[in-house]
Amino acid sequence: MSIPTDLKYTASHEWARLEADGSVTIGITDHAQELLGDMVFVENPTVGRTLAAGEECAVVESVKAASDVYAPIAGEVVSINEALEAEPQKLNEDAYAHWMFRIQPANAADLDGLMDAAAYQAAVDAEAH
Amino acid sequence: MPFIPHTEADVAAMLNAIGAPAIDSLFDEIPAGLDCAGLPGVPEGLSEMALMRLARERARADGDWLNFIGAGAYEHHIPAAIWPIVTRGEFYSAYTPYQAEASQGTLQLIYEYQTLITRLTGLDVSNASLYDGASALTEAILMAVRSDKQNRRRVLVPATVHPRYRAVAQALVNAQGIEIITLPYCTDCGHSLVDALDLFKNQPAAALVIPQPNFFGVLEPVDALTDWAHAQDMQAIAVVNPMTLALLKPPGQWGHQGADICVGDGQPLGIPLSSGGPYFGFMTAKQALVRQMPGRIVGRTVDLDGKTGFSLTLQAREQHIRRAKATSNICSNQGLMVAAATIYMSLMGPQGLTRVAATSRSNTRALVDRLTALPGVSEVFKRPALHEAVIRLPGDASEILRALTARGIQGGYALGADYAELSDCILVCATETKTDADLDLYAEQLERILSRRDIPKCKMQPKW
Repeated sequence: MSIPTDLKYTASHEWARLEADGSVTIGITDHAQELLGDMVFVENPTVGRTLAAGEECAVVESVKAASDVYAPIAGEVVSINEALEAEPQKLNEDAYAHWMFRIQPANAADLDGLMDAAAYQAAVDAEAH
Repeated sequence: MPFIPHTEADVAAMLNAIGAPAIDSLFDEIPAGLDCAGLPGVPEGLSEMALMRLARERARADGDWLNFIGAGAYEHHIPAAIWPIVTRGEFYSAYTPYQAEASQGTLQLIYEYQTLITRLTGLDVSNASLYDGASALTEAILMAVRSDKQNRRRVLVPATVHPRYRAVAQALVNAQGIEIITLPYCTDCGHSLVDALDLFKNQPAAALVIPQPNFFGVLEPVDALTDWAHAQDMQAIAVVNPMTLALLKPPGQWGHQGADICVGDGQPLGIPLSSGGPYFGFMTAKQALVRQMPGRIVGRTVDLDGKTGFSLTLQAREQHIRRAKATSNICSNQGLMVAAATIYMSLMGPQGLTRVAATSRSNTRALVDRLTALPGVSEVFKRPALHEAVIRLPGDASEILRALTARGIQGGYALGADYAELSDCILVCATETKTDADLDLYAEQLERILSRRDIPKCKMQPKW
């Protein structure tokens, strides 16, 4: 299981990365894709939608289950990775190379409230036990 | 295969294996106060002989009429082969095909049904069926609202959609905060006016419902309506009679882009009128909407050895997996009715369906011609109708229909209760089951009833 150290994480298995332009890129973790299995469908939020922190805003569907993806922090959706709709299996190949959507955060400092790689690793370990 | 496969010995062995004293003990977590302790008012069981007698008496109470009522349920000939096949034990089971390894026959039948109904409607995907036409329309409205990117919670529904369908949809979507706006119809021609729709341009809606033919039997300008909906970025929901699609353009080809969702009642395809049900609802849609589609979908696949097989597919959106977030609370289908419809469509073929639809149309035209030849009787709408038509009578429609009933004829559906402006009007239908002699008899009896009404009233009241 890979957990890059340059990303922020949530307990619901999303990753977030602050970009140079101030936007935040969001995806699901390697651990999440491993739990879900072969992905067959990705439904992203519409661009322009305003999200509250923790709001359900996307769905990833695998052969086993459909799961909600939650907004790690509040903000407005500024772009989505449309390529994933045609090739959802990319999330299985590399969950960090294939982002889902990007938001303009209401408050960039909210990112500080998310977990770092070590804390996320600990959370995943705790979940396994 | 027996319905309940476990003998008492089987049950005892299973209870013994899990260490439970009795079946009731498996439910002891349910508080005693919630136990309804039997069902008062449910009579004792009947023997087969007594039950058959009761059923015959009930059937007799329905009467044996010369029937000219359509209005959503149609008397078509049902080939003798259909029901003996449907009622074979392999189909006549109460359960549904979760277990692909034990249900290949049922799954294949549903897959073939889906194939036939997508071809008939000209759309990409079908589910395994819904309860009836009205619930199918409701599910289509929910599906359109669910998939609306702008989160619009309003749907436009013409007054020419079946009144019961509208009532069911209203009852089911209201609680979800979805508003149904009823669109007026042209009182001269009986169709929905595309020009009048522009009044609703500024009221954002997720979908426009388009009936074809509409409740009056009148043909709607479906191409213009579909294109209008798409121009407003709304989805177009077709409500059709499957039989008429043998003659009419399939909804998948309406306008420039085709209807997005198509629903209707499958009863005309080999299901008896049967006092109102069970019937089945069908639903097809464009591929892009498949994950928003409620209910079961059967897919074709290959097993580990590469052999063709069938299984339920896209189940992740259903409630046994997605729980409260499922696309719909529909978790079943009308399997037996679908079996009948599949066999009906297979037996009839495209040519057979076309003949039934065309004969129903010409019989209805012949009936309308005979009836409107009588003084005071006229056809209400100017636009072409298919196999139903609205007739205006010189007097109270319900009263005249009662007089016809007394002569063994169900003369039509009185429209006054649903459309106050049509209180002297009836909706008539003559399917392929009617002969020239039947049409003559109806016209003769109506003429007799109407001519008597012209006689100055006697002080003695007639009994009917």
